Amino acid sequence: MNSIRSRSRSLLFAAVAAGTVVAAAPTWAQQPAVNPSSPTQPPVPPSAQPGAGPGSQPLTSPAPASSAQAPAAPPSWMQGAPSTAAVAKLAPVPALPIATAVDKLPTAKLKLPEGFNIEVYAAGLTNARSLRVGDNGTVFVSTRVLDRIYAISDKDGKKEVKTIATGLNSPNGLALHNGTLYIAEINKISKIDNIEAQLDNPPKPTVIYDDLPSDAPHGWKFLTVGPDNKLYFNIGAPCNICMPSDRHAQIRRINLDGSGAEVVARGTRQIVGMDWHPTMKVLYFTENQRDWLSEDQPNDKLNRLLDPGKDHFGFPYCAGGDIPDPQFGWGHSCDEFTKPVAQLGPHSAPLGMRFYTGNMFPAPYQNAIFIARHGSWNKTHKIGGDIVVAKLNADGTVQSIEPFITGFIVDNNYVGRPADIEWLKDGSMLLSDDYNGAVYRITYGPPRQAGMGR
Amino acid sequence: MTPTGKAARFVAAYLAGTLPAFAADLDEKLAPCLSCHGAQGQSELENVPSLGAQTAPYTVIQLFMFREKMRVSDPMNEMTKGLADADLQALADALAAMPPPKPPEDAGDPARLERARALIEQNHCNTCHGPDFSGQQTVPRLADQREDYLLKTLREYKSGARHAYEPIMLEVLQPLDDAQFVEFAYYLAHLR
Repeated sequence: MNSIRSRSRSLLFAAVAAGTVVAAAPTWAQQPAVNPSSPTQPPVPPSAQPGAGPGSQPLTSPAPASSAQAPAAPPSWMQGAPSTAAVAKLAPVPALPIATAVDKLPTAKLKLPEGFNIEVYAAGLTNARSLRVGDNGTVFVSTRVLDRIYAISDKDGKKEVKTIATGLNSPNGLALHNGTLYIAEINKISKIDNIEAQLDNPPKPTVIYDDLPSDAPHGWKFLTVGPDNKLYFNIGAPCNICMPSDRHAQIRRINLDGSGAEVVARGTRQIVGMDWHPTMKVLYFTENQRDWLSEDQPNDKLNRLLDPGKDHFGFPYCAGGDIPDPQFGWGHSCDEFTKPVAQLGPHSAPLGMRFYTGNMFPAPYQNAIFIARHGSWNKTHKIGGDIVVAKLNADGTVQSIEPFITGFIVDNNYVGRPADIEWLKDGSMLLSDDYNGAVYRITYGPPRQAGMGR
Repeated sequence: MTPTGKAARFVAAYLAGTLPAFAADLDEKLAPCLSCHGAQGQSELENVPSLGAQTAPYTVIQLFMFREKMRVSDPMNEMTKGLADADLQALADALAAMPPPKPPEDAGDPARLERARALIEQNHCNTCHGPDFSGQQTVPRLADQREDYLLKTLREYKSGARHAYEPIMLEVLQPLDDAQFVEFAYYLAHLR
């Protein structure tokens, strides 16, 4: 284990042992278990017969005589949950569909390394998720629980927010390529050509690909264009833990016109962030792991796709790169699957991630990956709710992972939840917060005068 | 008290200077809600839900979806048109503060209720909606809701006719059938 992990763990234990709330520990100590080393922990032995654990479904019982006797499958986010009182308090943290007023946003509570500043870039963008920046500077912002896409334009230093598409089915995924905006909904990929010239009267998106499952659980997508000029997107597992169909739990790529679909990765549970290594041109992505295994396992992952079409990342057999699944792991070893390049903490929900290639941040951040950890729900003491930075070795493996922005968790409650990261042309960072419906801007250097350079 | 009577009382209080302006404004916005959903939080109209003591976060989400036409219902899309976010929250808070609906005078068939209770527990409805079905946060109160509205809602979630803010109910209801929905609605509408 690396030092970040062991130090923060011991601080965490000290805080708990002293009877203080975890939030009283130093800020860095609230963000434990970021582990850039390859997984080395021994597998956890299953404590029960396969299929006999709490919450499992009987495999061989006869069809019930009366429908009144059929036990309902729990919703995907509850699959595998034991029935204890502590568990009843753990549930996803839905954001209300009302954006937080600009003067109530938590920027003053957030901590950044010395020399960095954070400001509100735009507020009132309910459920702001994926970010993309157009050639002319328009910032496109997607939503997940809403049906729309926003565009933020700069009019003489004043931000103007427009809704450019509505009626979409969880349109989380966005990509921009040669002036065209690509949109990934649950069940289709579509595009609007020349979008920045049509912001005042945008046409309806044109569907280019719809051979997709329509499952809502983990159905939302991340979308990116590769160096091969193809669109890459994920199809999540429609469950917490299950045997996925051959159309689920994978990354696909298609040509820009929707043709030539191929599966390039399998065994991926759910992905909400991808980006391309600036020099190696390899796809890196965050992957969220199953719930209800335990408070502290499995780790969410940072992966890279070195062998498109062949790599299998483990779902549902192996979680976190090192934990055989208690139900599906029998007969398999985690060594059969492609290992993560880093573990990112249990339940921490890493979403958006981008490599830094700008010229504003100091040199050590060049080509590093900034990762937005949305934060946990399936854990008594929340973790995540921060931006971490992964610095890489020359071979693309992870050298270190450090906190970058922290403070979104206060007294075990969210004051905001980071969702995605993108870069403005000047090298500054944009960060979306879907809990508050806001986009922040992070700069390096002396704080700017009000009204200047924005 | 009739909605008109209540509104009149607020107007009188406002004119007498005993209420701040925003309270009168809120009551003006609330009055049309109560005219269908019930002055005391208990609806008397077929397929119109009782909203008394409904959890405020749930109501905010529904009002938002009506306003944005993510949930389609002509009267509600019309009524919520032009409401500001702050109005949605204020209306939801006001409804949450009203008394919960009362069970019908007819106590129902004890044997059928007992079977329905077992079915409900078997399906874990009480895990999220609460042991007394009073709801929590974004999970709605179901206790003593109108039977017709409960059944309509279950059917609409199952068929996909009703948009869900998060997909949870769509998943839970997928393996269930209409005969079970009838029993759920019967039980929840008769809770004592």
